Amino acid sequence: MELTLAIAIGVLTGSGVWLVLRPRTYQLVIGLSLLAYAVNLFIFSMGRLRVGAAPVLGPGGAGDPAALADPVPQALVLTAIVIGFATTALLLVVLLVARGLTRNDHVDGREPN
Amino acid sequence: MDWTRHLLIVPILLPLITGAALLLIDELRHTLKAFLSIASGVLLLVTAIALMRLADGVVDGGGALSSSYALANWPAPFAIVLVLDRLSALMLALVSTLAVAALVFSTARWDRAGPHFHTLFQFMLMGLGGAFLTGDLFNLFVFFEVTLAASYGLLLHGSGAFRVRAGLHYIAINLAASLLFLIGVSLIYGTAGTLNMADLAVRLPGLSAEDRALLHTGAAILGIAFLVKAGMWPLCFWLPSAYMAAAAPVAAIFVVLTKVGTYVLLRLSLLLFAPEAGATAGFGGTVLLWGGMATILFATSGVLSSQALGRLAGFSVLISSGTLLAAVGIGNTAVVSGALFYLVSSSLSVAAFFLLIELVERTREPAADVLSVTMEAYGDETDEREEHEDQEVGVTVPGALAILSVSFGCVALLLAGLPPLSGFIAKFAMLTGLLNPDGLGSVAEISGRIWLLVAVVILSGLATLVAMMRSGVRIFWAPLEELVPRVVMVEVAPIVALLALCAVLAVWGGPMLSYTEAAARSLHAPSSYIQSVLGTGHPPGGAR
Repeated sequence: MELTLAIAIGVLTGSGVWLVLRPRTYQLVIGLSLLAYAVNLFIFSMGRLRVGAAPVLGPGGAGDPAALADPVPQALVLTAIVIGFATTALLLVVLLVARGLTRNDHVDGREPN
Repeated sequence: MDWTRHLLIVPILLPLITGAALLLIDELRHTLKAFLSIASGVLLLVTAIALMRLADGVVDGGGALSSSYALANWPAPFAIVLVLDRLSALMLALVSTLAVAALVFSTARWDRAGPHFHTLFQFMLMGLGGAFLTGDLFNLFVFFEVTLAASYGLLLHGSGAFRVRAGLHYIAINLAASLLFLIGVSLIYGTAGTLNMADLAVRLPGLSAEDRALLHTGAAILGIAFLVKAGMWPLCFWLPSAYMAAAAPVAAIFVVLTKVGTYVLLRLSLLLFAPEAGATAGFGGTVLLWGGMATILFATSGVLSSQALGRLAGFSVLISSGTLLAAVGIGNTAVVSGALFYLVSSSLSVAAFFLLIELVERTREPAADVLSVTMEAYGDETDEREEHEDQEVGVTVPGALAILSVSFGCVALLLAGLPPLSGFIAKFAMLTGLLNPDGLGSVAEISGRIWLLVAVVILSGLATLVAMMRSGVRIFWAPLEELVPRVVMVEVAPIVALLALCAVLAVWGGPMLSYTEAAARSLHAPSSYIQSVLGTGHPPGGAR
């Protein structure tokens, strides 16, 4: 489980970084999205990996905190996903505008000679 | 406690409500929109001044130096807290002053250059207010994102290929930095188990060695995210273009955005890495010192090589942040106190400079509305263009031009740090702190890097002076046929007001410096911050 998650985060980060360094705006957006996925998984893993543990106390009062998953990173991930989604959507709009204004999809607005 | 406690939430709620309400008003009723927006800005300024008095009223040395506000009244480490101390009140006052100036300036033209200018502006004020007040790392992230999301919209305000291209870079870099922010925050949570800054400061000394290494990694990654925003070399190449591309009132408020990064670094490094923190004490100080010096040197060469005024102003922003970062890196009380004064003075003067540039450019651009188009066509060489064909000289006594040139001279004095304006006092206070670390009169060993920093700071002032003189001569004296700019009152008034404020700062340098000194002292005594958030019974230094 730990190994799978670590490899997943690593692969996503690696591909994301490579794509962010590419010259096309579309690659940039995909790269940033992949990086965001990797980061979300990473935040999630910071609450320690637990299988089948509930994050919220069940009905009927307090249980043993040790049997429960940490709810804070899950809340953080939720916020991070929402914010990441919104800003990526915004970047997409800017990218389309840039495409329209400069008539190419290079991040600098013009092809290197 | 009485109603003054609830003032803490006003800098967040007021712009939020105003911004949301402005969405409902039709774009055609721009006078009403502008009025509401400026009214909100003024109210914010009044609140900030009230908060400054509140923070300054707390007795120094005895009891809590800051007051905290637990949202929804949850008990201490679980609640999302807002914390007020002298530093955050000062930053709020600075932001709202600049906001009012920029908003008034924008009513001349810019607020009608595209939709929802005032809404975005208010949301940005909300994000900034939240970032200065919050006492929780993840909340800081949320407010940062609010600020940035609004700033993306504001940077693109007015459109044009040059803006969109600079905006694309700006957004991409800030998104990447936000991801680093998240990694840093989650690493810190994973090791320390809390995101409340005060609680974090309590728990840090008790960490095990392997957790501490991870926490250092997290803090370093978090620091990089802030350094991108503060513009430390080599993370600052995006900044001059982005600030140059932004519309004048937007650029004026963007000056504060770099200060947010500096503010957070100052707060966190003095709170978390205080001498009480054991093996973590002073973490990152050396990096900030050398990085700050490198930034100053880079920006100095940038200032000297800038052709366009906008770029010159962008590099002035970098000089100011480099100086502040180096001061945070040194981190003794006297230096931090001077640096806070410098922060206020340099923000005001660079913001005035950005507003001024727009008016000055009009003496050379026959059609100011196509500014972004010409920048696109001519790149940086906008002001290398000489001829304006048969522009008739309007009035014989160019009153507007006189105001502009005097303001330009004042900005030059402020940025270079020459007397009699506040720029000089700021630099003087900082250099005094550097050379007399134990206070005046006591002889102390000054290390080589302090001398280096002093030299670099003075050199940057000289370079700014040279660059400003060169530009000033070219703009105001060299042209044979003067084009008198059409300048309206609401455009000149904010610039004059900002510069007058700098003059007031110079005259009232004593009270202001004693305020910043108290702010610096309370930053260096994190126990009071911790006590005001968590209540008593949480001794700093890990005895828990």
